[in-house]
Amino acid sequence: MNALYSLVLVFALVLIALFGVGTAHMAGLFGIALPLVAVAVFLVGFAYRIIKWAKSPVPFNITTTGGQQKSLDFIKHSKFDNPVTPGQTFIRMLLEVLCFRSLFRNAKTGIQEGQVTYASAKWLWLFSLLFHYSFLLIIIRHMRLFFEPVPACINFVAMLDGIFQIGAPRLYMSDILILVGLGFLLARRLWDAKVRYISLVTDYFPLLLIISVALSGIYMRFFAHVDIPAVKQLTMGLVTFHPVIPAGVSVPFYVHLFLVCTLLIYFPFSKLMHAGGVFLSPTRNMPNNPRRVHHENPWNDPSIKPHSYEDYENDFREPMIEAGLPVEKKS
Amino acid sequence: MADLPKAEELLKSINYTPPSTPWMDIKADTSPGNWCYPAKAEKLEYLGFPNPREWNPADQDWKLPENWQDIVHQGFKERLDKYRSLKIFMDVCVRCGACADKCHFFIGSGDPKNMPVLRAELMRSIYRKDFTMAGKILSTLTGSRVMTEDVLKEWFIYFYQCTECRRCSLFCPYGIDTAEVTMMARELLHLCGVNINWILEPVSNCNRTGNHLGIQPHAFKDIVEFMVDDIEEITGKRINVPLNEKGHEILFITPSGDVFADPGIYTFMGYLMLFDHIGLDYTLSTYASEGGNFGLFTSSEMMKKLNAKMYAEAKRLGVKWILGGECGHMWRVINQYMDTMNGPADFLQVPKSPITGTVFPAAAQTKMLHITEFTADLMKHNKLKLDPSRNDHLRVTFHDSCNPARAMGLMDEPRYVIKNVVKNFFEMPEQTIREQTFCCAGGSGLNTDEIMEIRMRGGLPRGNALKSVRDEHDVNMLSCICAIDRATLPPLANYWAPGVDVCGVHELVGNALILDGEKEREVDLRQEPLPGKEG
Repeated sequence: MNALYSLVLVFALVLIALFGVGTAHMAGLFGIALPLVAVAVFLVGFAYRIIKWAKSPVPFNITTTGGQQKSLDFIKHSKFDNPVTPGQTFIRMLLEVLCFRSLFRNAKTGIQEGQVTYASAKWLWLFSLLFHYSFLLIIIRHMRLFFEPVPACINFVAMLDGIFQIGAPRLYMSDILILVGLGFLLARRLWDAKVRYISLVTDYFPLLLIISVALSGIYMRFFAHVDIPAVKQLTMGLVTFHPVIPAGVSVPFYVHLFLVCTLLIYFPFSKLMHAGGVFLSPTRNMPNNPRRVHHENPWNDPSIKPHSYEDYENDFREPMIEAGLPVEKKS
Repeated sequence: MADLPKAEELLKSINYTPPSTPWMDIKADTSPGNWCYPAKAEKLEYLGFPNPREWNPADQDWKLPENWQDIVHQGFKERLDKYRSLKIFMDVCVRCGACADKCHFFIGSGDPKNMPVLRAELMRSIYRKDFTMAGKILSTLTGSRVMTEDVLKEWFIYFYQCTECRRCSLFCPYGIDTAEVTMMARELLHLCGVNINWILEPVSNCNRTGNHLGIQPHAFKDIVEFMVDDIEEITGKRINVPLNEKGHEILFITPSGDVFADPGIYTFMGYLMLFDHIGLDYTLSTYASEGGNFGLFTSSEMMKKLNAKMYAEAKRLGVKWILGGECGHMWRVINQYMDTMNGPADFLQVPKSPITGTVFPAAAQTKMLHITEFTADLMKHNKLKLDPSRNDHLRVTFHDSCNPARAMGLMDEPRYVIKNVVKNFFEMPEQTIREQTFCCAGGSGLNTDEIMEIRMRGGLPRGNALKSVRDEHDVNMLSCICAIDRATLPPLANYWAPGVDVCGVHELVGNALILDGEKEREVDLRQEPLPGKEG
């Protein structure tokens, strides 16, 4: 049901853009006002969420250690799974953010003939990586619409992405791979009973939304053949704050743009903020050094004292003396 | 206990396919056997916890305070402001499900609410409703719900089916730590007077008598004497154990489980023999006679209060540093919380082995050293006279206790010690050891008999891994470095892998140590005949 709700929601978004631009001719709203608002909401919202998290302190050093601690010289230290220095922690975070290190550990547990079995299950890791890196490539490629002249590195990325030179316009690998990645994530959510059981509308919606963004993009490029110079005129108008609605930008572009705007607006309020949150996760971004270095808790309450030795001795002095245990006061 | 199913039956009853009913529509099962006994009113009163009363979780009425919903809401808000971890963990989960089959309670029960993701969702659903805009407006669409008594009951059932072992955290792409979520949920439950006796009674005992079991100082001395007698009987050597004495170099603190219960006592004998063997200048304390800190399962304030005894006693006795025994969550508290809460302990010195001269930078701030770090160093420097053949009747495997493994990273030190005193050592399967180790299912205060089936279910992955080395390598001894393990693994091993005993690492050391002037040993520390000495 949750998946269906999300699908309906995404269809509704497509229809809104189709009618909004195609029938109601509100290109100004969909091409200028909304994108500006969306970017603003995204930037402000993203920053707001990060600041909100950052406002709460990290009272304790609660690193999850994934390997041998640094201790004796003859015991091999697992530097990047159990870092003790900021440098090692930085590398741990790089591995986490760039390579999805923790997800790489994933294994599937089952029971077969009375045995608990563990099988490597790196599919989630692989397809998540595919999706995220394709998305990154696509974003970088799109930057050519926002720069004049286009920096060489962006062209280089686009060139690499289309290196197989299939078809005209050239097929970008990232277009295919992002759909493969997203398709897997969606299929897994639907087919794996456990994952389906925990999935909310807010899990399907962003997946379907991003799929529709990708599909509308692919449609524009290969089927609708949108007038790219005109689009660039529009996007350059937005970044230079001299917005224009050039003639020749067709409806499919507005659908694509509207879906992207929805994504940008939705992003800061949703689980998509894991993109920012991963950097702030206290179990990962701290070195495991609280036995070596003092960690301060801003709300530590110094008035909390143990049941004192004095009270303890007062309670048990007689038997202690009788048992021959040393005491502070003889009576 | 009586209706505990047979191991094979229990195994067959596990079904990983979730029910067709959405989880929010399923009420928690509050029938007996699903919960630990509630805390006695007198214990709550003594500790100053709210809402002390007699109540029964099986009853409809839990005698909650009138304004319990406000209490939970305010408590939640306060904790969101105090802990970034909680905020992040409430917000960033994408429900990828990587954690789902990593929890021992899920593996053994198939209950979807034991999937770490869903366990956290029990709390997130309330968080969304109370603290997010979308959750307030679009209830069902965002997976939010109102805090009701049923939800509170569900929290009680499932947050006391989490041993805070952090295995899920290892696999989470964002490091979401269910232990942290469980700790917060339990703190909120405490605010309404919903808690369990197996945690609160030890807490209250620790506070007053210094240890979980409420052993009073003179009784503590008797127990130590008793063990000294046993050591004399086994080795022919009488050793001296200082108690509460000032002017020694080192204070030794171990969990009281080692002092009290079989098989922990053999580990304790191992420590005492080791200290005698190297002529260590140390003392024990009856006031700080507990390493384990059940405050960790209660609230950060209580954890701090109990932990404070260690430094207070070190200061009173005038020692240079503290040596800590084999204990799981004790070391989590020492590693993650101790110095932050009760330090810096500037009156102490960085631990330095008086025997080898090794300085331990790993403990530079806390001034507290783990005994396997200490012993491994002794062994590396050949300071111990050892006869590993005395452990030849044992075929040993090692259980990484969750807390030292995943909240500290102490893995190779105990292995190094074991391999120096044991010839037959075998590892359990890769996915069940080291940082991927499985919990004994009795941690975080759940080592109580009224939930035996839950414990045996949670113990399935550990028990099954143990069974596999038993079958393959004839393993008959499971060693570990945690007193809760030593209490909870024997019934678990007996259930899932009969024929395997449980011991601490220093019991094995005690067996192998050749004390100066000892008689020829004929029995091990359990007074069982050594190989070739069967009479």
